[in-house]
Amino acid sequence: MDYFAQQLINGLVLGSIYGLIAIGYTMVYGIVGMINFAHGDIFMIGGFIALISFLMLVSFGLTAVPVILLIVLLVSMAITALYGWTVERIAYRPLRHSFRLAPMLSAIGMSFVLSNFSQVAQGARVKPVPPVITGGYTLHHSADGFVVRLSNIQIVVVLTTIALLAIFTWLVSRTRLGRDMRACEQDQTMAALLGVDVDRTISMTFVIGAALAAVAGMMYLLYYGLVDFFMGFVAGIKAFTAAVLGGIGSLPGAMLGGLAIGLIETFWSAYFSVEYKDVAAFSILIVVLIFMPTGLLGRPEVEKV
Amino acid sequence: MGHVTASPTDHKQPRGRIAFILKKALISAFVALVLFSLMIGIRTEAGPTGQLIYWTRFGELASIVAIVFAGSIVIELARQWLGPAGASLLVPAPVQNGLATAGRYIAPALLIFTVLVPVIFYHQRYILDLGILVLTYVMLGWGLNVVVGLAGLLDLGYVAFYAVGAYSYALFATTFGLSFWICLPIAGILASLWGVMLGFPVLRLRGDYLAIVTLAFGEIIRLVITNWQSLTGGPNGISSIPRPTLFGLPLLPGPNGLAAKLGIAFDPTHRLVFLFYIILAMALLTNWVTIRLRRLPIGRAWEALREDEVACRALGINTTTTKLTAFATGALFGGFAGAFFATRQGFISPESFTFQESALVLAIVVLGGMGSQLGVALAALTMIGGFELFRGLEQYRMLVFGVAMVLLMIWRPRGLIGHRAPTVYLKQAQTISSDLVKEGHG
Repeated sequence: MDYFAQQLINGLVLGSIYGLIAIGYTMVYGIVGMINFAHGDIFMIGGFIALISFLMLVSFGLTAVPVILLIVLLVSMAITALYGWTVERIAYRPLRHSFRLAPMLSAIGMSFVLSNFSQVAQGARVKPVPPVITGGYTLHHSADGFVVRLSNIQIVVVLTTIALLAIFTWLVSRTRLGRDMRACEQDQTMAALLGVDVDRTISMTFVIGAALAAVAGMMYLLYYGLVDFFMGFVAGIKAFTAAVLGGIGSLPGAMLGGLAIGLIETFWSAYFSVEYKDVAAFSILIVVLIFMPTGLLGRPEVEKV
Repeated sequence: MGHVTASPTDHKQPRGRIAFILKKALISAFVALVLFSLMIGIRTEAGPTGQLIYWTRFGELASIVAIVFAGSIVIELARQWLGPAGASLLVPAPVQNGLATAGRYIAPALLIFTVLVPVIFYHQRYILDLGILVLTYVMLGWGLNVVVGLAGLLDLGYVAFYAVGAYSYALFATTFGLSFWICLPIAGILASLWGVMLGFPVLRLRGDYLAIVTLAFGEIIRLVITNWQSLTGGPNGISSIPRPTLFGLPLLPGPNGLAAKLGIAFDPTHRLVFLFYIILAMALLTNWVTIRLRRLPIGRAWEALREDEVACRALGINTTTTKLTAFATGALFGGFAGAFFATRQGFISPESFTFQESALVLAIVVLGGMGSQLGVALAALTMIGGFELFRGLEQYRMLVFGVAMVLLMIWRPRGLIGHRAPTVYLKQAQTISSDLVKEGHG
């Protein structure tokens, strides 16, 4: 039971990270109708920028951890958002009315560009960081000596996710930008006729998605203490699975899907085998797409002729 | 957003135009500065004791920003000179028509040249090796072409069938001692079965979803191969896979070898030439089968499916069998190519079957113009040849590959070399070409 509780905590934390990435997929798919294959690599770039800015701040002599983390968060969100904007501008916007496979292939190319760019720029070796947020709480001592722990970093990850989700939900449901996004999602031509700047709205979607991916990258860095140039690929596919599982186009669905994938992966590793945890995640993607392509909270797609 | 398009009056006022170009270039340079400030300006590395160290590279950063600035001016000037239709000028229509006519003579000429390659380059082992590699990718490209180019199903996990073929040959040959020629059909059939197994569940999916599921399938196969140590040897792979024989005669030194039976001196190049002709024959078989299938009802159905799935169903075409046969046929050739790969290398490991491989084959098909047989062959030659040019710059290879893929999609989404139109179509009363219709929506 204690072991189960510990895995539950770990799974929820991992799921929060996946959920943050999944939001980027689900938003872009909702508006543009394409899988932003490079989104996983945007997450990886976010991790790298968090790492480098963290290193810079420490070497400048800053010691207050909360201040450092706040600056790192803002810097990595800002720069990664610019990456998202640039990727959309270069690789996707010219293809908006191209044939149906073109954006997907362009996105695959962009994914190679981003991951190999960071390999060339920062080297292929794994970059470790020492634990920044240490300490935690012991929740329960069991009789056989197993300790259920909730570490501070886990609390930070979950709280950050909740806070961002709240801000983001407000953004989509209450602001002008959010309304524009929802309008573009329903009908781009009509939205344009009614004075919505479609290009700008789509750009902002990529910017927001990339900023959230940057947060996920930073949380990943703090939680696991490492980044490498290849981590975007698998994390990206899992986050996409989460988005599909939750129902693509639905924001709460993306978070729910993220949590589900995080839990499944953690429990699979804990009770079955660590080697096959990725196989489990990919199999879920296939099974979900076959048996409930609309996901948990998605709307069925109507095929128009 | 700073990226307003030039208004018509700008073209008449040189000063306004220069200001516009400079402004655009400055914005690009600024964006590049922010993007690369941390990623290139500062290099991190894990130090000897595990802590992170860093050093600055502001010189590189400055030069990259300068390149972006200059490049942006050049692109903008080129765009204004060539006019808004600059993209289509890349391959003008007369040249394309010329290519089409030349295409009729290119194919036989290329074939004759390929047949003669081992004769001409007999003493250049490197070229023979490269030729075998190119032909392997030509075959893979033609195999995937059935699925992507003809049936229009985006398959990102093609390497899975390649892996199934390679591992089935390797396992049958090393455990049961079966010869290459017996294993080749088995490998193909097994791969084909996997193709149907993948095909069944994804029948209902379209476009991007299909692509992601095939990608996941490819990754699952690779992960299982990596982790099923007792069967596949895990990351260490399978070694000492037997070489193919000619009617039971091994191409080895010694009294039982082919050279001894023929009474000529043994030369290791014989085997290379032999492998070259095997893969050439297999590739040509793929090509022949594809060309024949394309003229059969099933091939027509594939092309119809590619153009419009809804119309297909409305006309009573069974999309289930159409898709399944496409997957099975593509996988069959992938399996053949995999078995050949295993016998050529003599050693296989999961590292050879990564997603990058799938993307490379897909890029060959796309570059070749999706559906054009000659285009795919030329694309394979270009790609693999291009990769060889970058051999010294191993880590820049995939970067250039990614950039090329993006640029290709922007300039020539239908392929650089050729574009195969539907084999049959109405010659009259067609006001809109299928190229102009947004696919998947109508």
